[in-house]
Amino acid sequence: MAADKTTIAKQFISAIPHAKALGMEFTKIESGVAEMRMPYDERFVGDPKTGVIHGGAVSALLDTTCGAAVMSHPKAPGGTATIDLRIDYMRAATPGQALRTRAHCYRITKNVAFVRAEALDDDDEVPVATAAGAFTVEGLTQ
Amino acid sequence: MSPSKRPEPVQIVKQRRDAALNALVHGVPYIKFLGIEFDRRGDELTAVLPFSEKLIGNPFLPAIHGGVTAAFLEVTAIIGLSWAYLWDDIESGKFDAERLVSGDLPLLPKTIDFTVDYLRSGLPRDAYARAQINRSGRRYASVHVEAWQDNRHRAFAQGTGHFLMPQSNG
Repeated sequence: MAADKTTIAKQFISAIPHAKALGMEFTKIESGVAEMRMPYDERFVGDPKTGVIHGGAVSALLDTTCGAAVMSHPKAPGGTATIDLRIDYMRAATPGQALRTRAHCYRITKNVAFVRAEALDDDDEVPVATAAGAFTVEGLTQ
Repeated sequence: MSPSKRPEPVQIVKQRRDAALNALVHGVPYIKFLGIEFDRRGDELTAVLPFSEKLIGNPFLPAIHGGVTAAFLEVTAIIGLSWAYLWDDIESGKFDAERLVSGDLPLLPKTIDFTVDYLRSGLPRDAYARAQINRSGRRYASVHVEAWQDNRHRAFAQGTGHFLMPQSNG
């Protein structure tokens, strides 16, 4: 059952046009934990002077990873939407390096899923950004 | 009473403001990637996000990706804040749009944190947003943004962010 849900979540997220447009890919998705990767791309730069990726692209990756974590949770019926998401930016992502995100759906109720996530580049020590959000719990199709 | 200076011709003023705005917006690759443009009326800016297939986050509904909505709000906040911060220099002519076009962008505010409330799903059509600067200090600024689609009074998302202002000298 859990494996099926993981497959569905993976297929669903991979079919998202915007996830494809940003070049996002899964590195792990399992029982409420999702990990994704987004290669560096000059089209996503927010500061042309330094080549640093725009915060908006980091937000999109974190939001997608959080949604995937909810969908893969054993207690989730399958579908989800973001209620709110807060992102803290610790530092600029290093230009040229891929971004890696990890999200954990640490609590799920009948109606709400709570998620925490972080984004890293090649440096494992200091995250580029962290996120905390609340998501809806709903069926895969409405 | 000293004779007041004759106001500049309207075209000159508009041209200067539009050149500054264009340079500010079009110099950022990610803004171009999402296709965001800004409408200007005096100093008031409205961000416009024309709908496109690549912005979809849920193909079944379909709905705009939550990450796109977050990025749209954040872009609106940063441009709105930069615009207000640069306004006096644009008006005085001190701000050189030509230099900007050649890639010499001014230092922009940096996002410290950003929180998005998703009020309803983003429909597959154009979206608009306006930023309101609630605090603008020498170091920190707090900005609120509202985004809507068909109806100005039915926002589909809102966001609040804190920003670190560019430090000209240490």
